[in-house]
Amino acid sequence: MSLQILAVDDSRTIRDMLKMALTQAGFETSLAEDGMHGLEVLDGMAPDAIITDINMPRMDGFGFIEAVRAQDKHRATPILVLTTESAPELKARARAAGATGWIVKPFDPEKLVRALRTVAGPGGA
Amino acid sequence: MSDPMAEIRASFFIECEELLEALQDGLAAMDGGDTDAETINICFRAVHSMKGGAGAFGLESLVRFAHRYETVMDEIRAGRLAPDRDAMMLFFRAADVLSDIVRTSRDGEHIDEAEVESVLGQLEALAGGAPEEEEEEVADFQPMGLAIDLDGTPELPADAPWTIRFAPHAELFRSGNEPQHLLRALAALGEAQIVCRQDDLPPLDEIEPEAPYLAWEITLDTDKGEEEIREIFDFVDGICTLEVSGGPSGPALPPLPDLSDLPGTIDDGEAPVVPQAEAPVPDGTARRITLSEPAGDTSGDGPGTPLPSAGGEAPEPAGPPAAPPTRSAASADPAGGSGAGGGAGNGEARQSQAAAQTKPTVRVDLERIDRLVNLVGELVINQAMLSQSVQEAGIPSNSPVSQGLEEFMQLTRDIQDSVMMIRAQPVKSLFQRMSRIVREASAAVDKRVRLKTEGEATEVDKTVIERLADPLTHMIRNAVDHGLESGEKRRAAGKSEEGVVTLTAAHRSGRVVIEVADDGGGINRPRVRQIAEEKGLIPEGLSMTDSEIDNLLFMPGFSTASQISDLSGRGVGMDVVRSSIQELGGRITIASEPGVGTTFSISLPLTLAVLDGMVVRAGGETLVVPLGAIVETLSLADEEIRSIGPGRNVLHIRDTFVPLLDLAVELDYRGPLESYDGSVVLLIQQEDGARAALVVDSIEEQRQVVIKGLQDSYGHVPGIAAATILGDGQIALILDPVDLMSNVAGRSRGAVPSLDLAG
Repeated sequence: MSLQILAVDDSRTIRDMLKMALTQAGFETSLAEDGMHGLEVLDGMAPDAIITDINMPRMDGFGFIEAVRAQDKHRATPILVLTTESAPELKARARAAGATGWIVKPFDPEKLVRALRTVAGPGGA
Repeated sequence: MSDPMAEIRASFFIECEELLEALQDGLAAMDGGDTDAETINICFRAVHSMKGGAGAFGLESLVRFAHRYETVMDEIRAGRLAPDRDAMMLFFRAADVLSDIVRTSRDGEHIDEAEVESVLGQLEALAGGAPEEEEEEVADFQPMGLAIDLDGTPELPADAPWTIRFAPHAELFRSGNEPQHLLRALAALGEAQIVCRQDDLPPLDEIEPEAPYLAWEITLDTDKGEEEIREIFDFVDGICTLEVSGGPSGPALPPLPDLSDLPGTIDDGEAPVVPQAEAPVPDGTARRITLSEPAGDTSGDGPGTPLPSAGGEAPEPAGPPAAPPTRSAASADPAGGSGAGGGAGNGEARQSQAAAQTKPTVRVDLERIDRLVNLVGELVINQAMLSQSVQEAGIPSNSPVSQGLEEFMQLTRDIQDSVMMIRAQPVKSLFQRMSRIVREASAAVDKRVRLKTEGEATEVDKTVIERLADPLTHMIRNAVDHGLESGEKRRAAGKSEEGVVTLTAAHRSGRVVIEVADDGGGINRPRVRQIAEEKGLIPEGLSMTDSEIDNLLFMPGFSTASQISDLSGRGVGMDVVRSSIQELGGRITIASEPGVGTTFSISLPLTLAVLDGMVVRAGGETLVVPLGAIVETLSLADEEIRSIGPGRNVLHIRDTFVPLLDLAVELDYRGPLESYDGSVVLLIQQEDGARAALVVDSIEEQRQVVIKGLQDSYGHVPGIAAATILGDGQIALILDPVDLMSNVAGRSRGAVPSLDLAG
């Protein structure tokens, strides 16, 4: 069984790239366009890990992470923040919101996958 | 779908266009006084998303510019900077530059570095200069790298094992991290002995279920440096206790073979960490020995392999048996490594799926759509012929055949509308380009100009939009350069110093009307007239109406030389503008009022393919008059006609007089009639409200016709817009009533002959 990943980003380009990288790594990938959409998509799945952007319309990444963490079943679901902003305070804020880790855009597919495995395990390999 | 990266790249540039549009919208809203936080957020996100995507494709200049731009926007977003007028102007300019960078990046062209640098400098100045932030950013773009100070030299192969002590804090679990995965990742770096420290574990009845009590001690033999080791703990930095010691700088023990521990170590990576880690190593002291054992066959997976003393020997045994199992045994990321390796390379079916799923639109070759449009045109003709045959066969209109045909007609129309809709696009993109022209033009002539746009959502045929760009650009430049007065003059005239150019689009009676209006001083008619006379375009002392003088601007060879400037004096005159509009089946008119301003109106057909027309007969010929031009039809009584000169009649209708034109005479089909009593008349109205009454023999019917251009074969024929094929297969000319009117107006007065030329 491969890892199921939910990836949330408002940029179509980034979504395309995430999908490509994750699919190539053999992950099952679901996509969402912003925090709100992310929550809707999350409703119908139980991902092994979530990747989210920070700057998004409607509900940003911080709001999204908080909303996910507020759900009991997702208290420990690994969440990676995907952002171009890597300022330490942003990381601190992401962690305060409950993020597990972060990936700096532009991401290296290999490192993304490695980071996912670091937080979500090998996925029943 | 050949190369997924190329696909994504192409889609990235499309996304950029959308983002640039959103940015423009947001900036325009802000400029208009919108202080909503979400508006600046939208702008910020647009720039930010471009930066994010650009980074993925290594578009350095785009990343750099977007980053600086975004930084300033962030200042505004945070309320540390006020979006005053200068800032807004700079934002607009930056948006222009950004759009240039996007375009040049896409097409692999070179950009005007000077402009980029200049705007970058200004943005930096606006942000109050945060150079040190920029430095940091550069480092940030090394993907994933988190620089941590190291004492050891990281890249050197390690002869000695690392000792890592790791104790998670409660926060580590709350953030969704899992020690097991971390340890597994660590084990994948080389050969690890993992010991679980349970010293802090309280008696069972005192255990708090969610409190962390366990710690781990790992001895890792790897050729990786401390940096790599710490990188694994990057996410949990600060929420665990982590000590890394040993390594190359530590005591290097000679590699001793200790095969007995081999199986245990291999397992390590794979099974749950805690139990088996305990098994082989009861205590910390044992570690050293196990650990330094030959990396040779344990970890054939690269990291640790080559060091052992064995030299020539080691690869031999390691190769065959170890290679396949270790791949999976080395655990943590077998698929990660291989999958990611392929990540940059070519993809397979999966990617094409991925790309297809996320795309809500279809890109279609324009040629295919044109073909469809043509086919639908043929269908309309065919349907008309069929209707006619049915009628001629004497089939009653309530018969199933006729009713079916009626539905067929409706369907044909729907198809036609739908096809047209595919080609229709809002004029917004065109208008946005114009706002840039205004900014550049106003900067060039040093005038303060604001562009107001209305009706951006108005949809127009794609071809029309594309071909409007040049004439519109020229008109906008003219408006800024010649239309608007200088700041001093405006002040003297009691106007606001800032000139306003208004760009409007609207659907009006089946046509699209686009207006370029300025609130300048209006056309200087004596001057225009003088120029025309000097150039010999008109005889001196000719009596001309204001509108005729205005129309002199459209004459070939009329160039207001004395006003030539860098900007609009580029050898393209309004006559060229006019002919490009005419090529689109459009017309351009001028309205100007001294001291108030000038308005150029372009009226265009909605589509270049079909037309609602009235089929009429004149002088024995069948003609089609565009329905949009006809205000009403009436039948003449002799007493309504007034003669105002030889061959010139006017129609008295509802207290106004309208020039009366005999269509057959105007087109030279026959001479004038003795009496027009009882004749059928079409009342035609121009966009500017000027009217004319057109005498025809009879009105046949009203129907949709497919336009077949004549331009290619005959060039511009005065008074004729195009031709069509009627239901009976007969060819009929489509009249351009307004063109006809202006020609007549010119001809009958013998004045402005050049207007004919221009037409």
